[in-house]
Amino acid sequence: MSSTTPLLSVRDLTMTFPGRGPRAARVRAVDGVSFDIAAGETLGLVGESGCGKSTTGRMIVRLLEPTSGTVTYDGRDISRLPQRALKPLRRELQMVFQDPHSSLNPRRTVARTISDPLLVHGSSAADARRRAAELMDLVGLIPEHLDRHPHEFSGGQAQRIGIARALATGPRLVVADEPVSALDVSVQAQIVNLMERLQAELGLAYLFVAHDLSVVKRVCDRVAVMYLGRIVEIGPKDRVYDDPAHPYTRALLSAVPLPDPAAERARERIVLRGDPPSPAAPPSGCTFHPRCPKAQDVCRTEPPLLRITAAGEAREVACHFPETGPVPGDGAGGPGSVRS
Amino acid sequence: MPETEPLLSVRDLTVEFPTRHGPVRAVDGLSFDVPRGRTLGIVGESGSGKSVTSLAVMGLHTGARVAGSIRLDGRELVGLPERELNRLRGRRMAMIFQDPLSSLHPYYTVGEQIAEHHRVHFGSRRAVARRLAVEALAEVGIPEPARRAGEYPHQFSGGMRQRVMIATALVCEPELLIADEPTTALDVTVQAQILELIARVQEERGLAVVMITHDLGVVARVAHEVLVMYGGRAAERAPVDGLFGAPAHPYTRGLLDSLPRLDDRDDAPLRAIPGSPPSLLSPAPGCAFAPRCPRPALGTDEDRARCEGERPPLAGPAAHPAACHFPAYGGVAS
Repeated sequence: MSSTTPLLSVRDLTMTFPGRGPRAARVRAVDGVSFDIAAGETLGLVGESGCGKSTTGRMIVRLLEPTSGTVTYDGRDISRLPQRALKPLRRELQMVFQDPHSSLNPRRTVARTISDPLLVHGSSAADARRRAAELMDLVGLIPEHLDRHPHEFSGGQAQRIGIARALATGPRLVVADEPVSALDVSVQAQIVNLMERLQAELGLAYLFVAHDLSVVKRVCDRVAVMYLGRIVEIGPKDRVYDDPAHPYTRALLSAVPLPDPAAERARERIVLRGDPPSPAAPPSGCTFHPRCPKAQDVCRTEPPLLRITAAGEAREVACHFPETGPVPGDGAGGPGSVRS
Repeated sequence: MPETEPLLSVRDLTVEFPTRHGPVRAVDGLSFDVPRGRTLGIVGESGSGKSVTSLAVMGLHTGARVAGSIRLDGRELVGLPERELNRLRGRRMAMIFQDPLSSLHPYYTVGEQIAEHHRVHFGSRRAVARRLAVEALAEVGIPEPARRAGEYPHQFSGGMRQRVMIATALVCEPELLIADEPTTALDVTVQAQILELIARVQEERGLAVVMITHDLGVVARVAHEVLVMYGGRAAERAPVDGLFGAPAHPYTRGLLDSLPRLDDRDDAPLRAIPGSPPSLLSPAPGCAFAPRCPRPALGTDEDRARCEGERPPLAGPAAHPAACHFPAYGGVAS
């Protein structure tokens, strides 16, 4: 990663929304987020609702204009490009949305939905249709169904159409915002497998935005954990999942229910107090301090910087008192089980 | 049947909705028991009938035709006049939903709403009901309950609103609590708090709990017994360890195999179940899972004809029955 230029490089990305009402405070939804994605790599972006993960994804594809910071794609800062100049880039940067049915136009045939991006970028109608049929096949749908409408497809099939549309122009980076969370459990694995296969076949890079830590663990190479608009921990998947350093990451991992009753009983759970605070009134210092089991005086005043904790460490953490070791009781069944 | 009568006993429950294309059977021949102090997890995907089942138990199935038997503490609820049902709802059984905001009235303070609930059911005096509301808020872990009782629902976070719903459900001291996806709209760290809260009040009050969810992890954490539903019918019922340790129905096994897991070391592709959950508009004559099931193709033509043409009854060991012609008891893959 360090030797070659990353495909995508995000630096100090910030998004401030105006608050509602004349005297309302501005809401800093994303606050100085930085990361890289290499070609062919998947970065998982996880966090709870309101942490800014979707806003970050939308700024990268320029569905939202960042307040400040840069988005460098293939060596070129695209964060200030006018919309007109973005058009060629849209071939390379595509997005897959959470709700497959509401992100497809119900009055358009699948052929039209998938071929539209190609027509916009100058393909002939015949070429676009041929390519749409190929894409249907690629994502595991029957090409003969090209002239059907979205309501004739199940949720999983509709998400395949959304993926086909995103792939039409041959992108190198796909931002997938909760691509499986609206699907039935038995269908989620199909879409996860499809996205992995497409990545291997087409060399795609993904920014995979999701709240489900188990799904993200499955698909990503590296992962970034967000809390209240900031990245609190980022690094290779194994480092973050096996040896989480931020108390929030540890609590998040320990809160995920495992589909295994014996493991659940044996587990020691870190249950956080309270809810995530509002981004309109973030706490001082480390914004996690009011819920943190380890908070000390310095945490209330000094915002911690994202940094490595040891030489040669690939994972960065924003915490004054980072922890080490696997989450107690996770997987293997730790001592002192707390079964409530 | 065990020596003590279960608090909730459902037999051959069938719920049909009239539609322009004829009746749609959302629940078909479902039976289960929930004893006091126990949690039954009902797991299923969209259209499995899990939520319709809970609404039928509560008598909230507007416009549907309900057949079969639902007994609460020995008393038949099916066919009970609305007035009588109203007296039981709240007092003896209560329900919490996925979205607490749509269950709370935006114009009244949460204290008023909880107190109102008690006054309607017990005719209690305002001051008494008000005191009970504050106590209920304290019990569900809301800090400064006396002050917060005077606030409106929008002033509470999602997790705190679900606590308010639980307080409302508990204020009349019901014996049965039905929780329909109570944590699905919540963040995972808040979900952990709410699941802990439900488990605590269950233990303290000896409640019977029905936990309806699509999340097998939630079931593994809270349930004593599990009912897996598919296409409106019971696919499998078992004690929680038996279900996860030795799933007998290919659907349950398929679900467990397809889940990405946090404690997984394996990075091989997930074993996905092909296809989608069935439509209730045109139910298949045989097993609803047959079109997605690996088993029919493995057997003889005769086996396949059975899966596709003959609906399997829920049968097998009393403690762990499965609705499959070829169940995989003992953890042997079918």
